[in-house]
Amino acid sequence: MVILKTENLTKKYGDLVAVDRLNLQVEEGEIFGLLGPNGAGKTTTILMLLGLTEPSGGKAVIDGRDCTRDPISVKRIVGYLPDNVAFYNDMTGRENLRFVGELNGLGAAETEARINMLLERTRMTDAADKKVRTYSRGMRQRLGIADVLMKDPRVVILDEPTLGIDPEGMHELLDLISELAHKDGRTVLISSHQLYQVQQICDRVGIFVKGSLIACGDISSLRRDLGDESLSFEFAASPDNEDLEKLLLSVPDVSGVTRDQGFYIVKARKDVRGRIAEQAVNKGYSLLHLKQHGGDLDDIYRRYFIKEGAV
Amino acid sequence: MQTNAAAITTQNDLRRTRLAGFNALYFKELRDYFRSMRFMILLILVTVVGLASVYSATQGIQSAIDSGDSSFMFLKLFTSNGDSMLSFVTFMSLLGPIVGLSLGFDAINGERSHRTLSRLLAQPIYRDAVINGKFLAGVTVIGIMVFALGFIISGVGILVTGIAPAAEELGRIIVFLFFTTVYISFWLGISILFSLVFRHAATSALTSIAVWLFFAIFLSLIAGGIANALYPVNDSSSAQTQIANYNCNLAINRISPSTLYNESVTTILNPNVRTTGIVLSTQLSGAVTGTLPFGQSLLLVWPHLTGLLAFTLVCFAVSYVVFMRQEIRAD
Repeated sequence: MVILKTENLTKKYGDLVAVDRLNLQVEEGEIFGLLGPNGAGKTTTILMLLGLTEPSGGKAVIDGRDCTRDPISVKRIVGYLPDNVAFYNDMTGRENLRFVGELNGLGAAETEARINMLLERTRMTDAADKKVRTYSRGMRQRLGIADVLMKDPRVVILDEPTLGIDPEGMHELLDLISELAHKDGRTVLISSHQLYQVQQICDRVGIFVKGSLIACGDISSLRRDLGDESLSFEFAASPDNEDLEKLLLSVPDVSGVTRDQGFYIVKARKDVRGRIAEQAVNKGYSLLHLKQHGGDLDDIYRRYFIKEGAV
Repeated sequence: MQTNAAAITTQNDLRRTRLAGFNALYFKELRDYFRSMRFMILLILVTVVGLASVYSATQGIQSAIDSGDSSFMFLKLFTSNGDSMLSFVTFMSLLGPIVGLSLGFDAINGERSHRTLSRLLAQPIYRDAVINGKFLAGVTVIGIMVFALGFIISGVGILVTGIAPAAEELGRIIVFLFFTTVYISFWLGISILFSLVFRHAATSALTSIAVWLFFAIFLSLIAGGIANALYPVNDSSSAQTQIANYNCNLAINRISPSTLYNESVTTILNPNVRTTGIVLSTQLSGAVTGTLPFGQSLLLVWPHLTGLLAFTLVCFAVSYVVFMRQEIRAD
């Protein structure tokens, strides 16, 4: 079931079109990644979804509620973690959460129960009674997740949640986000320009450049959209002589070999890694490197940008 | 039937949201104010200045009691300036704006620069709840401060002079304190408005101070200039021109909340004041000497109160419109 939908959503600032006729559909219970470089209009889109910015045209609907006309009702079921989330520094983590509970009209008992449960879940119980100004960035982000969940939202919108988080914290955070959808059944919309991290947990992604969505779907369908079904591999072996290229070309299904910074890039119609390795070893080469090249989001993303002239 | 029930639930929901949002914000702001260093400093400043002025006033009162003039002696605690100090009323008229402005100048842009505004407004609350909560919490703080100070001063006055206030005097003091609260709240409203319009707290603080200086100092100069230009007064000018000149001057001055405040508290605290405008000697001839009853004093300053409240409401209305149209970005 489609829970979040935009129809020709447009935002103009004077002559600048920040978001251009965006049509987006997000299914209930999925993690959707809105990916694009800085300034692509991701945050503006999110602000329009929450009714914090008025669209210049089109409309956005979440669970049948109009985001512009009925923002209060939308905000009751949508949790939002802003880019660079900030809390009241002079209050403790627990007090900050309590305030959000009060703003959402939860009863006192319910608020305390939820706070304890969420602190436990985000592993913030130990730091809960310290002032927020002493928190690290990762802790703030985890408190941010707890903050978003205070109202028990059906839709969670996270704006650049992984920015500035160290690798370990990142792993933890991504696990937590992935749980929101796959365990709790919430719908999650993530905006990010950190493709690699985000693609690990997204069910579908939309690629957003200069205010328009240039591609949308799961990773494999994005690759299909590019009209490029062939695979490519990075290859390196020692000794690196001319015979090596001939050897590569002699492998069946290989359609071309190019040279790129000490690697051979081998294009093929199917996975030929086994064959290549076998051949090279038989001819007395020692294999240094063999890796499937591309096919991940970064690569797709880069190619889309080149296609759109954005890089 | 079912849709009816649903509609009622939604209505209740909305009411609950409106109240919950407002209450949560109001109490949070109240906590913040009372915990803040800023409030402590203001409180100490106002208390010290208040006590000093009252101490000075009691010195003057002592000599007045000895000379036998004891009508409305207690009120003189607030209006008399003694030998070296300004009176409490004058201090309030000077410091009141500072108190109001410093409580509100970073109300909204502070949230903005700490990036908490977007998180706050992502909650299901109405935007006006944010302004209302902040303003009313500020008014509460101001009210508590002003009334506490007024009563402390009365207590000190009773101890030092040994005079107990009459019921009418108490009534007049309470009205005076109420006027002071409204006056300071007006400045709070102004500073909240500027905190919405300007992105930097420093800009809004400076602008608020500029407005205060304009009303406190420059407006009276401008008023004099305009009045003299319209109704030039010289040795040969008629009484009519002189009266017109004075009235014009007064009318322009009354744009300033400070003037309104000063006129009204002088009237309230000094029952001998019979009018806030000009009095001709012909009007005075045959008048019974005596003081104005409390009710009549109140009647005299009723327009002033209306004016102060109206100014505050205008600030509010403008803040409201500005905030509703503002874009809430995280940056």
